[in-house]
Amino acid sequence: MDCDIKEVCRNIRCDTVMSIGRLGVGHIGGCLSVVDLLAVLYFEEMRIDPKQPRMAGRDRFICSKGHAGPAVYATLANRGYFEKDLLLTLNAGGTNLPSHCDMNRTAGIDMTTGSLGQGFSCAVGAALGSQVEGDGATIYTLIGDGESQEGQIWEAAMFAAAKKLDNLIAFTDCNGYQIDGAVAEVNDVAPLADKWAAFGWHVIDVAEGNDPFAIKDAIERAKRNRGGGKPTMVLLRTVKGCGVSFIEAMGALNHNAALSEEDACRAVAEIRGV
Amino acid sequence: MEMRAVYAEVMAGLMEADKHVCIVDADLSRASGTLGLYKRFPNQMFDCGVAEQNMASIAAGLASYGFKPWIESFTPFATRRVCDQIAISILYAKRNVKVVGTDPGISAELNGGTHMSMEDVGVLRSLPGIVIFEPVDDIQLRAALPVINDYDGCVYVRLFRKELPRVFGEGYRFDLFKADILREGKDISIFVSGLPTPDTLEAAKRLEAEGVSAEVVNVHTVKPIDRETVVASARRTGAVLTVENHNVIGGLHSAVLEALAREKIPVCAVGVEDRFGEVGKLPYLRETFGLTPENVVRRAKEALKLK
Repeated sequence: MDCDIKEVCRNIRCDTVMSIGRLGVGHIGGCLSVVDLLAVLYFEEMRIDPKQPRMAGRDRFICSKGHAGPAVYATLANRGYFEKDLLLTLNAGGTNLPSHCDMNRTAGIDMTTGSLGQGFSCAVGAALGSQVEGDGATIYTLIGDGESQEGQIWEAAMFAAAKKLDNLIAFTDCNGYQIDGAVAEVNDVAPLADKWAAFGWHVIDVAEGNDPFAIKDAIERAKRNRGGGKPTMVLLRTVKGCGVSFIEAMGALNHNAALSEEDACRAVAEIRGV
Repeated sequence: MEMRAVYAEVMAGLMEADKHVCIVDADLSRASGTLGLYKRFPNQMFDCGVAEQNMASIAAGLASYGFKPWIESFTPFATRRVCDQIAISILYAKRNVKVVGTDPGISAELNGGTHMSMEDVGVLRSLPGIVIFEPVDDIQLRAALPVINDYDGCVYVRLFRKELPRVFGEGYRFDLFKADILREGKDISIFVSGLPTPDTLEAAKRLEAEGVSAEVVNVHTVKPIDRETVVASARRTGAVLTVENHNVIGGLHSAVLEALAREKIPVCAVGVEDRFGEVGKLPYLRETFGLTPENVVRRAKEALKLK
């Protein structure tokens, strides 16, 4: 798509903040840290059609860190899957936009996620399905650095490499925090690059994980890796709460934080630079 | 013919007919009887190795791609170990995945307590939308598998692996949601699932010799239970006994009690009395856990006294 990707990121950030602000609470930190990835995937990389969300042979994105649902919804709305008004129904009773991604409720969601570790396995299963079908699709998936503590992640990692699923491009949102504190202090997952390489993956480490151009470059490198028989893990070194200084400053406390409508407006002003 | 051989044979036919039917295993294909299918169906047989959680969610991912996966492992690992994956990746996400658990209850025999699940039906029965089926012989299994494959949703198949005496004849007509009355009677209804079915029929014969007419009903599908047949039979006889190779908490006994909650009818139980399994051969385990014709007769008489 021909677009100003930085402007797309700003729009998604603002819509994410406003949808959570309407509700007063939400997983704001881990949503804002992945906005740039979502923008690049849905606006520049994925073979998709918002008018045909279940199109055969489409590329798929499975957000294993399902709590980033609000950021995914804002991305889908900006991409034209549904009206932006719907974003303000986030988490309201009867909504089609629940806090964690639900494929049976939301157009454009490729897998129901939220129980950490499982979405990643599901993505590996989808990549296996695509490989068997030979439809040429790319399967993208996103996990959290805290989520990397789940044993199931490593079961799936081993399997994906063993089955040579080079149609699978995974991302880790390395924002450094989880609910109880810094990942390094709670139960350190480092060194992630070495771990993924040891599991037989092609690893790309992106120091500027919130730079859409760096992300795009990493995805292009991952795509060139296709045919090499290895799945790719892109480690995105991100900032939890990225783009809003008072949310960034909360650290671990921004995982699931209170956010008033006034706060949200303040955040939007900062994102817009006004 | 061993139950696993029937399972493998029917699955081969289903995979032959539909390239989207597949099996995802976790290093127990040899035990499940499906190891021989890998060469024949390389794009429909997947082994995750010893990683059951991954197996369950991989299957959900394949289902999201239009496949109809069956996952298989020993009963405890196909159920309680992957309970959350079945709950979320499969049931909550509405993915069409079938779950096969082999060696239910005491049939784990020499693998002992760690492999002997007395609680699998209870663990899964409270998950919304799941269907739970336990075959009693090769004829019923052969009839059931294509029906289950065609059913759009998660079905748990509690599969005894080895040979079982036949309960049904060749003319058997299977309905996944309808219990089978094996023997009509007027004094007591005995609802039985799985392995203890032949012993329960033997107990009914012994009761008859003592002047008690027992109705024996095979509840092959514990969820959703065939409430209509269960309630009608219980009302007709006025006394109930349940017989199962499972903890009396959470399985058939609980399901029958729920169905009969508004009836003033005594319900007694033969089953595992809230304890873990232990190692041994079937004759020893049947005695130890009370899954014998003698115990069925004894408990049936207790129920009759309560009428």
